Amino acid sequence: MAKPDERKDGAGKPADGGPADLSARLRHLDEGLRRVAAHQPKDVEPASGSMSNQSALGQAFRLSAEFVSGVIAGGLLGWIIDRLAGTAPWGLIVCLLLGFCAGMLNLARASGAFPGWGGKSGQK
Amino acid sequence: MAANPIEQFEIKNLIPLGNIGGQEIAFTNSALFMVGAVALITLGFTAATAGRSLVPGRAQAAAEMLYEFVANTLRQSAGEKGMKFFPFVFSLFMFVLTCNMLGMIPGFFTVTSHVIVTFALAILVIGTVIVYGFVKHGTHFLGLFVPSGVPAWLLPFMVVIELISFLSRPISLSLRLFANMLAGHVALKVFAGFIVALGGLAASGGMTGVLGVAGAALPLAMAVALTAFEFLVAFLQAYVFTILTCIYLHDALHPGH
Repeated sequence: MAKPDERKDGAGKPADGGPADLSARLRHLDEGLRRVAAHQPKDVEPASGSMSNQSALGQAFRLSAEFVSGVIAGGLLGWIIDRLAGTAPWGLIVCLLLGFCAGMLNLARASGAFPGWGGKSGQK
Repeated sequence: MAANPIEQFEIKNLIPLGNIGGQEIAFTNSALFMVGAVALITLGFTAATAGRSLVPGRAQAAAEMLYEFVANTLRQSAGEKGMKFFPFVFSLFMFVLTCNMLGMIPGFFTVTSHVIVTFALAILVIGTVIVYGFVKHGTHFLGLFVPSGVPAWLLPFMVVIELISFLSRPISLSLRLFANMLAGHVALKVFAGFIVALGGLAASGGMTGVLGVAGAALPLAMAVALTAFEFLVAFLQAYVFTILTCIYLHDALHPGH
């Protein structure tokens, strides 16, 4: 979409970092953001609408449980791997970090912040 | 002095049943309330459905409402095919709800405030999902761990994260119910303890007495509000446990779509 702009401003020498190139990139980014904002609300609204019905405390408990359980599951998995394979402490370290990622994934799914992305459990 | 807020969760052996492998086995107060909950549900539903009239009475209407409520939840989350799990989901919902509600009666033990109980329930759910998923879909069930629309170089990483995310499900399921019930009952006990402590101050008379009365009235209002809130939480957590069970069962019925 921003292709014509790029060709006009940075003809022949892409990524020269000049002010014209910069403003073109800014415009491109703005356009992209607007595009994202334009079709996000109708995806997000149902999820956030159903969340706001719950009490704030309930939501906090729900989300924190989602995150903590990811870390705990990762830690347990790492501990078991270490126990079986004798690779202490690397299994625990790696799996705790992966557990952190899994917790974040759980959070993203539970909050409905990223509809349609890897959200198998959240889909109809 | 205010009572220990943790004391209410203490397990007491009521009838010792002997030892198995050096571990004492006994009929505890926790077991008593579990049996009580099951007995209450069974008796309640037997009595409610005994009439079986076309125009339901009060008890039958309540039983039908509970049935409709869980059936609709299951249909919406897991689809029409999920209805084969209805007895399981309904039993879970009624057990958790009854245990939560029994715990709200002063002096009663709250079964669901022990993480091992909620974890056992969660393992039951996840075990059902895994066994049914593999029996029904075979290795296709493993598609659950492969997210769609992920670049190939990221895929092994994502599969591991998805796997841990799946393993975290029983933990989050049990943690949520347990933490809500535990925190609610501790908060209730602490605020009730404040009333007693500040009420004792009121007895001393004079300026401190006035302060004590004012100070005791505040946690009293708080305890009343918290009690109402705890009833809401008790129901809400039973519902959340059920709806998550339905969502996980949905995964077992239709993996990797």
